[in-house]
Amino acid sequence: MFKARPSIRLVGDVDDTAAQQSTTLEVSGLCLSRGSKQVISDLGLNIRHTGLAVIMGPNGAGKSLFLRLIHGLIQPDAGTIRWNGQPMSDRIRLRQAMVFQKPVLLRRSARANIEFVLGAPRLRARHAAIEFLDRVGLADKAAQPAHSLSGGEKQRLSLARALATAPEVLLLDEPTANLDPASTLTVEKVVQNASATGTRVVWVTHDRFQAERIAEQVVFMDRGKVVEHAPAAHTFFERPASARAASYLAGKILC
Amino acid sequence: MTPFSEALGLAFKLVFTGDEALYSAVALSLRVSITATAVACFLGFLIGGLLAVKRFTGRSIVIAALNSLMGLPPVVVGLVVYLYLSRSGPLGFLGLLYTPTAMIIAQTLLILPIVAAMSRQVLEDLHLEYDEQFRSLSLTSRETVQAILWEGRFALVTVALAGLGRAIAEVGAVMIVGGNIDNLTRVMTTAIALETSRGDLPLAMALGIVLLTLALVLNAAVQGLRETTYRASHV
Repeated sequence: MFKARPSIRLVGDVDDTAAQQSTTLEVSGLCLSRGSKQVISDLGLNIRHTGLAVIMGPNGAGKSLFLRLIHGLIQPDAGTIRWNGQPMSDRIRLRQAMVFQKPVLLRRSARANIEFVLGAPRLRARHAAIEFLDRVGLADKAAQPAHSLSGGEKQRLSLARALATAPEVLLLDEPTANLDPASTLTVEKVVQNASATGTRVVWVTHDRFQAERIAEQVVFMDRGKVVEHAPAAHTFFERPASARAASYLAGKILC
Repeated sequence: MTPFSEALGLAFKLVFTGDEALYSAVALSLRVSITATAVACFLGFLIGGLLAVKRFTGRSIVIAALNSLMGLPPVVVGLVVYLYLSRSGPLGFLGLLYTPTAMIIAQTLLILPIVAAMSRQVLEDLHLEYDEQFRSLSLTSRETVQAILWEGRFALVTVALAGLGRAIAEVGAVMIVGGNIDNLTRVMTTAIALETSRGDLPLAMALGIVLLTLALVLNAAVQGLRETTYRASHV
């Protein structure tokens, strides 16, 4: 029914080269206004990306907007976004998947939600869907309507659907913001596994403890700008270079 | 005996004695209105889906026009279809005037704006809900329309019912293009109009009661089906 995704691969179709390649994201002069307020201003960032990058910062820093911009869901007022040297396009977006803070699920069964994104024959898609559900611990709820799942289960289903598109880049917009600790850890584990097998992950969070658990590199944003980019996460948490980041990590309110 | 109880008694008598004229009118009413609703839903859901998803110049004018056409007077629709299908009209060579097909065409034109406008509203709300997710998945407009039509299937059943209700209760258009010919184009509503003009009020009321009951049973059946399937995917 839907157009073939160039990067789609089902469970068992292993692509070893993907795990060895890195993805670069180059952003320069990015600006975005909402009404009279400039929410992203002259943002520049250069990430050579091989693992799990966390974008963190206080509420209103522009993290979620930045994620939508680099995924091409919002067009910037000015600036450029290049993935592996290529400007953002539908073709590049097909190789990415995004999980939103509030899961957006179809009014179908959990399994059908995953089958929806699998460009495979019905029987193969069905088997693959069950395997993806199994990865997030929802195989026993395959036939259950997606809307009857709990908040944590919905988000795990949303994550399984994103992974089912076999994305090269997985973008996560505070996926655990409304989840309990157990569900949060499950989501973190699934994403870390995906990262370990070659999926580049960009995870937006304002939870510093979560960032410490999962981040391989950190981008700290504040007031619509990148304040600090630490290619090694531990240096950011131990010795933040900017006063703003130090205040944020110390739990002080930024205003 | 009051006129109402007399009419009620007559209605039961007509139903249970298997009155041929009654059953012929009921069958034709259902055939014409259900066919017109099916055609209008096919076209209307498509128009509604496209208007919900696509952004183009003049879109708001099209939506305003569609909303205005919801109140289209049946006699005007009947007259327009009559002019097109009459012997001297552009489609006169088809020989469709005073046939059930002409009645289906008239009812389809009458309820198409209702189905299209209502489904556009339903589907636009759904599109807002799914827009970012579908764009993230890089779905084309066609894939998006297909997806939201399926996601909105339960609400669209209600839209179809509204269209069917309007079609089955309509008299002006089918009277003009059908001609109310006994055993050929006489439906419930035109039969009621005829009996009223003849002065046979109990029979007209009896037919009215049968029509009302029919509409009620049809709506209850579809509503029951809708709720069962809705629960199966939303609970």
